[in-house]
Amino acid sequence: MSDDTATIETDPSAGEIQQMDRVVIRFAGDSGDGMQLAGNRFTDASAAFGNDLATLPNFPAEIRAPQGTLPGVSSFQVQIADWDILTPGDQPDVLVVMNPAALKSNLADLRPGGMLIVNHEAFDERNLAKAGYDKNPLEDASLSDWEVYEVPMETLTKEAVKDSGVTGRAVLRSKNFTALGLVLWLFGRTTGVTESWVSEKFGTRHPEVATANINALKAGYNFGITTEAFQRTFEVKPATLKPGTYTNVNGNVALAWGLIAASQLAQLPLFYGTYPITPASDLLHELSRHKNFGVKTFQAEDEIAAVGATLGAAFAGHLSATGTSGPGVALKSETISLGIVAELPMIIVDVQRAGPSTGMPTKPEQSDLMMAMYGRHGESPMPVVAASSAADAFDTAIEAARLALKYMTPVLLLSDGYIATGSEPWRLPDVEDLPNISVPFASGPNVGGRFMPYLRDAQTMARDWAIPGTPGLEHRLGGIEKQEVSGNVSYDPDNHQLMTDTRAWKIANIANDIPHLQVDDPDGADLLVLGWGSTYGALRAAVGNSRRRGVKVAYAHLRHLNPFPNNLSTVLSSYDKVLIPELNSGHLARLLRAEFLVPVVSYNKVEGAVFQVAEIENEIAELIQS
Amino acid sequence: MTSYTRADFQTDQEVRWCPGCGDYTILASVQTFMSEMGVRKENIVFVSGIGCAARFPYYMNTYGMHSIHGRAPAIATGVAVANPELSVWVVGGDGDMLSIGGNHLIHALRRNVNIKILLFNNQIYGLTKGQYSPTSEVGKLTKSSPMGSLDHPFNPMSLALGAEASFVARTLDMDRNHTIDILRKAHDHQGSALIEIYQNCNVFNDKAFIQLTGKQERLDNRIDLVHGEPVMFGVDNEWAVVMDGASAKIVATASVDPSAIVIHDETSADPSQAFALSRLAHGPDGPTPLGIFRRAERPAYDSAVSQQLAQAREARGPGDLATLLRSQGTWTVD
Repeated sequence: MSDDTATIETDPSAGEIQQMDRVVIRFAGDSGDGMQLAGNRFTDASAAFGNDLATLPNFPAEIRAPQGTLPGVSSFQVQIADWDILTPGDQPDVLVVMNPAALKSNLADLRPGGMLIVNHEAFDERNLAKAGYDKNPLEDASLSDWEVYEVPMETLTKEAVKDSGVTGRAVLRSKNFTALGLVLWLFGRTTGVTESWVSEKFGTRHPEVATANINALKAGYNFGITTEAFQRTFEVKPATLKPGTYTNVNGNVALAWGLIAASQLAQLPLFYGTYPITPASDLLHELSRHKNFGVKTFQAEDEIAAVGATLGAAFAGHLSATGTSGPGVALKSETISLGIVAELPMIIVDVQRAGPSTGMPTKPEQSDLMMAMYGRHGESPMPVVAASSAADAFDTAIEAARLALKYMTPVLLLSDGYIATGSEPWRLPDVEDLPNISVPFASGPNVGGRFMPYLRDAQTMARDWAIPGTPGLEHRLGGIEKQEVSGNVSYDPDNHQLMTDTRAWKIANIANDIPHLQVDDPDGADLLVLGWGSTYGALRAAVGNSRRRGVKVAYAHLRHLNPFPNNLSTVLSSYDKVLIPELNSGHLARLLRAEFLVPVVSYNKVEGAVFQVAEIENEIAELIQS
Repeated sequence: MTSYTRADFQTDQEVRWCPGCGDYTILASVQTFMSEMGVRKENIVFVSGIGCAARFPYYMNTYGMHSIHGRAPAIATGVAVANPELSVWVVGGDGDMLSIGGNHLIHALRRNVNIKILLFNNQIYGLTKGQYSPTSEVGKLTKSSPMGSLDHPFNPMSLALGAEASFVARTLDMDRNHTIDILRKAHDHQGSALIEIYQNCNVFNDKAFIQLTGKQERLDNRIDLVHGEPVMFGVDNEWAVVMDGASAKIVATASVDPSAIVIHDETSADPSQAFALSRLAHGPDGPTPLGIFRRAERPAYDSAVSQQLAQAREARGPGDLATLLRSQGTWTVD
């Protein structure tokens, strides 16, 4: 079996169909060229065809960076396969570039001997200068390491669109469909899925745009058929996935659906208070489309108001969530601490991005783990859970809600920019099988005819949730330390110690209510790779590749970061070496060293980019040898 | 409907404001009003921020939350949106509402969330022991401004009107009947209400409102705004307010044609005249308007949120999770 980093077996016979078990394709162009759309459409066509896949969108934070420049380049990478792949791939096998800037910023990633499809008509003096080329790379030997195809995409597009009703500058907007059509042909796909999508998207309101795009799509496709220039085309057969119904989903959508599912499972309306921030805003966009589920979305004036309203809605009895990225969590931290003292259930979603400060808003990173654990004033422990993939964000959201409601606590849910925007096929769960997470409200007095807001359940140590509107349970919450049981203001030193210990114990005790960490170790390895969050796919693939080369390596992935699973200490002490790869400076590694006094090995990368499978494989190999 | 007395709204908590604080009077007025408001106490929620005034919820036998400095309007917004049936009240001081929480205040007002905001304005920071506040007068000598404060103060009425508030009023701690009358009208109003209550801090800023509370001074300086009535004041209404271009100004009643005197219209859709009246005094140092500046109808935000949900359900039916998960297209593997 090939793997995520294998090279293409080049088929020497020109014009032949090359069988591939997996291919990585990257569309790159100016941020106004519609590369995200082309990539997403190719992804959907491949999903419908039955391939397994994983995607990696990569775009600038600027909505429209200066046209034709290097900062303005936007790309979309997708790996398609006939087997269960886990990542969008390390290196493209096929690179489509729409202008010189896209060539310059993506060429180094293209696999040697890989296929380069170039919109050569964009390689004029002006665009070459903007990209920093002294001379046209298409006209010298600088591309001789690759299989280059020059395609007149602009001419093809203009010709295809001329009778559509679209005129002027808008004509060339369809050139992403020309490129897409050619790539569909290259992989033996039909244009039907894409045509249906275009008709649905533009057909009613802008029929001329639908016509233009479909004509451009067909022009690109037909160019492939008629030109006979291509030495090879590819065939990637459908993957043999586990039987079931699949959809292609990105992490923000899956997480939003997870919150909706949690609200249904808890039989509570969902309140989502938020302030727009990259890369979390799509959570708001998605949730605001589903008001018929009883979802109340609130776009607040700032991050603080967003979490404040979320806390208020929790007090009033809603399943409450707020979503943001790192800078927003910083602003929300004071209110999260109030939630911890008030012991109200709410979910804080942190879609992490490269920081500090504004950092690189569209790039992924895992550098908020320490903030999630400790980034609050006072002694303020709270559960932390992390999604490991786009599809896993759905389950993680339900788990966060379960913990929040059962233990009456804020819960921090970590996602990141890669999970948020990357997509993968998701085998849909049977709704009937999802857990019931409903928790009853307090309905009457709990001590001698009176209501004591801080009386606790003996097992969970959660206090009762008594919501406004319930007669006889009027009570006051607040940020001043609470007397145990009564909830009255208390400055008593012994009580403060007791309440601090109780809040800590309540969260630590959750370890008894979460699954043990499962270790995948078929060979009795000495080395354990332990991950958390979005690195799942790359780590899993690297471990798989290493095993195929005969390396014994075990693998485990944490969803619960606070508290840790009960067996984690035992797992860690069962291996001679533990490798912790993270997209930060070693947060989990530090937590494990501090908690368990174990000499784990960190492997860190803070480039605003995901791990390449090969990087992890090399690290595993080095550790095994050392 | 159960009939309540003031005692029904008192808690077993000892009230811990300084002896002589204006907050005691306001608490009594609010408890008295609540006993007559016609809302069951389990349906009442008080949310406060931080400061002396923000202790208020502990003394109200309703649902309540003593929250974070400045954030009460945001938290109360969540409560009101989650359950529009509740009667939601916010209490905070001038530092809480106008300084650290200024942003939340103006946005709650523009949205017209159905929350009633009681702004206890004593023009000083009390809980932190006497620094100047965003309503302190320029030149104020305090611990943090030994050479006099350089900060130009807010005019809370002008600020609220500028923030699109639909209900804007000012009252005085000492005038309980006036306070209760405004509380009632705020309760009857759909949407947000900002009620500025001049509140004496007898420890750090005593007699700041003496021009409006002193026996003789108040006769000379209280401009009582009455809907539909000409704006006049003084022992014998010897002073009147007229418009001079876009500005309101005070003139001797005898010096103008009676038809030139401003007729107060709290319900006007255009807040310009209310704004002009708010500019008659930038602090309680002389003739100062009291009463309702504005009481205009506008849809309440929390009700509108619920309406959108109802519309969505009507148009698309109640949500079905299995359908949602399949809404982006699916394929089946056998």
